[in-house]
Amino acid sequence: MSQNYKNLKNLSEKYISDIYDNKVVIKVQTGTSGQAVGADEVLKTLEAKNSKEINVLEVGSMGLMYLEPMIVVCLPSKDNIYYANVTENIASEIYDHYSSKETIYKQNAFAYESNSSLDVDFPNINDLPQFSNQLRIATRNFGDITPGDIFQYINNEGYSALDKALFEMSPEEVVEEVKNSGLRGRGGAAFPTGVKWSFLAPNQAPTKYVLCNCEEGDPGAYNDKGILETDPHTLVEGLILNGYATNSNKSYVFIRQGHDIPINAIERAIKEAYDNGILGENILGSNFSFDMEVSLTGDSYVAGEETALMEAIEGKRSTPRFKPPFPAASGLWKKPTNINNVKTISYVPEIIKNGSEWFKGTGTEKSTGTAIVCLSGHINRPGMYEIPMGMTINDVLENIGGGSNSETDIKMLQTGGPLGGVLGKEAFSTKIDFDEMAKSGAILGSGGIIVCDESVSVVDLIRNLVAFNQFESCGKCFPCRLGNTHMYDVLDRLCNSKSEPNDLALLERIGNSMKIGSLCGHGQLGYNPISSSLKYFQSEISDSINNISEPLEKMLIPTRTRPNNLE
Amino acid sequence: MTDNILDSDSLRSSINESISNQKRSTVTVLSSLLAVQDSLHYIPDEAIEEIASFCKVTINDVWSVASFYTNFRFTPPGDKTLDVCWGPSCHINGAQKLITKAHDLLDIEGEGESSDNKVTLRYSTCLGACAQSPVFAIDHKMFGKLDEGKVETIIDTLKKE
Repeated sequence: MSQNYKNLKNLSEKYISDIYDNKVVIKVQTGTSGQAVGADEVLKTLEAKNSKEINVLEVGSMGLMYLEPMIVVCLPSKDNIYYANVTENIASEIYDHYSSKETIYKQNAFAYESNSSLDVDFPNINDLPQFSNQLRIATRNFGDITPGDIFQYINNEGYSALDKALFEMSPEEVVEEVKNSGLRGRGGAAFPTGVKWSFLAPNQAPTKYVLCNCEEGDPGAYNDKGILETDPHTLVEGLILNGYATNSNKSYVFIRQGHDIPINAIERAIKEAYDNGILGENILGSNFSFDMEVSLTGDSYVAGEETALMEAIEGKRSTPRFKPPFPAASGLWKKPTNINNVKTISYVPEIIKNGSEWFKGTGTEKSTGTAIVCLSGHINRPGMYEIPMGMTINDVLENIGGGSNSETDIKMLQTGGPLGGVLGKEAFSTKIDFDEMAKSGAILGSGGIIVCDESVSVVDLIRNLVAFNQFESCGKCFPCRLGNTHMYDVLDRLCNSKSEPNDLALLERIGNSMKIGSLCGHGQLGYNPISSSLKYFQSEISDSINNISEPLEKMLIPTRTRPNNLE
Repeated sequence: MTDNILDSDSLRSSINESISNQKRSTVTVLSSLLAVQDSLHYIPDEAIEEIASFCKVTINDVWSVASFYTNFRFTPPGDKTLDVCWGPSCHINGAQKLITKAHDLLDIEGEGESSDNKVTLRYSTCLGACAQSPVFAIDHKMFGKLDEGKVETIIDTLKKE
C-alpha cells in the first residue's frame, strides 16, 4: 500500500467514525427513480430536523425501485432496518422515534439486516429472493454510500485496486488480468474488453484517449446512469485503470445533457478525485498522470455508437464513421482511442482487486461475471438487479421480479433496447448470457427487460419500437433513414387493419436492405424487433396482416420538424 | 419567457458570456450550443452567428449541428417544460392515454406551447425512470407512477405557477 493511499485510508476512517460512531444514521435512497416518487421531499423533511443523535445521509438507490422512496436506518448496534414506500410524514415519525427511543419502529419496515436474528415480524433482507438471488459486483456499493463522496468510497476499499495496479502491476499485467477475466463489453456488442485494450496499449502515440460511454438512450435501460448516479467513483477508478493499462492520459465520460442527477454525481466524484490526488499529475505519488472530463451531448440516440460518439465529443453531428480505421488506430481527433461502456468499466476495479480467476468463478464459460438487468413494465418488482450470468429468464422474472403484476400472465419481453428483440414464453427458459440470448433471437444488450402481460398487442409494441428507431435514425445512411420510416408506415397500417397482402414480405425486404446498407447497428439491427416477434407471435401477426384483428388506437409520436426559422 | 425577450445587443452579450465561460475545458460547437440552450432555453439566430465566430467555423457548420440534435429549439419555450414519455415501458403502462389527457388539459396538439405560453409540451423517448413508469417530467424533475388523476394534479399546479 502506497503512503498516499494509506493517508487517504486514515482520513476516511476518521470521516466515517464521525458519521457513524454512537449515532443512528438514516440513509435516504435518492436518484432518478426515487425522485420520480418523492424521495427528494423525504430527504428534505429529514434534513430539516436536527437531533444530535441522528445523522441523515443521502445515498443512491439499492435497485429495489418498486419500494421507493426507501430509507435505511443504521442503528449503533450495527443492525439495519429497511423502510419502504416512505412518505414525508412517515419519514418524520421514523426520525422522531429514533431520536428518543431505542426500540424498532415497525410501520413501513419491510426487512432488516443483522448478525443476530431480530424479534420482528418482517424478514431478514438476505432471506428475500429479490435480494439473495443477486450477486453484486459492479453495484456492490448501491444504497450504501453517498454518490461521489470519496471517503465513503475509500472506506469500502475503494481505490485499493488502483493502488495495487499502480505499485504492484505493470500496464501489461493489468491488460492480461482483464483479458483473462473473460470480461466482455456490456454496451451491446459483447466484445472481449481485454482484447480491445490490447489493441490500444502497444500504440506509441503521445496522445491516446479512453472514453466511457454513458449515452444510454435505450428505453427500458437505466443501469449506466444508475451506476453514475449511485457509485460514480467505481467508474472513475475503472477508467483510470483503463488509462493505466493502455498508457493513455486523457478520458471523457460521455452523457446526454439534461440527466442532471448522474451528471452532478460524476462531476462531484471527478472533483473529489482531483482534490485527493487520485486524478491529475502523479496519481497517488506514482509516475502515472491521468485527466478526466465530462462531455455532454445533445439528444441523439445514435451518439451512443462509438464513432458517432467521437464526432459528438468533437462537437459535430453524431453520425457514425466508416470503419476502418478503427478507433484504436484513429479515433477521437484522429488519435488512438478506446471506448467502453459504463458497466464494463465498473467491473474492472473488482477484477483487479480480487483477480481474474475470482471473476471467472461467476457466470458461464463464455459470459463471465454478472449482468445488470433493469426490469420494468407489468412486473411486481421493477428495479435494477445484478445477477450471475447463466440465470434463466424465468428465474429473473419469478424469483427476482415476483411475476406479473396483473391478472394475466407474462406474455412477452422486450430485451436489449429497441434494436433488440421480442421474446415469447417459449424463450423464458433461456439462460441470460450473451450467446444464449442471441440464439433466442433477442440480445442481452444493455440489460433492459420490459415485461408485457397479455393485454399488450405484439404489433403495437413493435410499432412503438420502430417509431423510436425511425425518430432516432441519424439520417446518414438512406437505407436506415428511409427504411425505418417505410417500416413504420407498414406497421401502422397493420395496426389499423388496413394491411396489404404482401406486407410481411415487404417488411423483410426493407429489413434486409437496412442490414446490408447501413454503417452502424441502428440500421443493421432495425429489423430485429420484427424478425424476433415473428419467431414467437407468427399467428398474432398473421391476424393483423389478414386484417382480422381489431384496429388499434392511433399512436401519438413526435414528428421531426425543421427548425421553424429555417423555413 | 416571452416578457423577458432581450433586445439583440443584450442577447449577444448574454450569449457571449455563456459561450466564453463554459465550465468544462473542451469547447466545441456542440458544447457552445448546449451552453446557450442551458442559459436562454433556446438558440436564437444571434447565437448561431456568435458561436460561428467564437469557434472559427461557418454559420452553416453551426446550423448543421444545431438542426441535428432534437433538444435544440429556435424559439423561446414556455415558462415550464413538460416532458411526456412515450418509450415502450411507459407505452405499455398507458402513456398514450396520459399524453392525450395532457393535450386536453393544456389545449396543445402534438408538441408545442400552450396559448398563454406558460407550458411547452415535448415528447421524450425515455426519461430514465422506467421502473416508475408511466413518467412525465417538469423542467427535468420526474413524476412517476402516473395515472389520469395525478396528471390532472400536476398540470393544475403547472398552470397556477
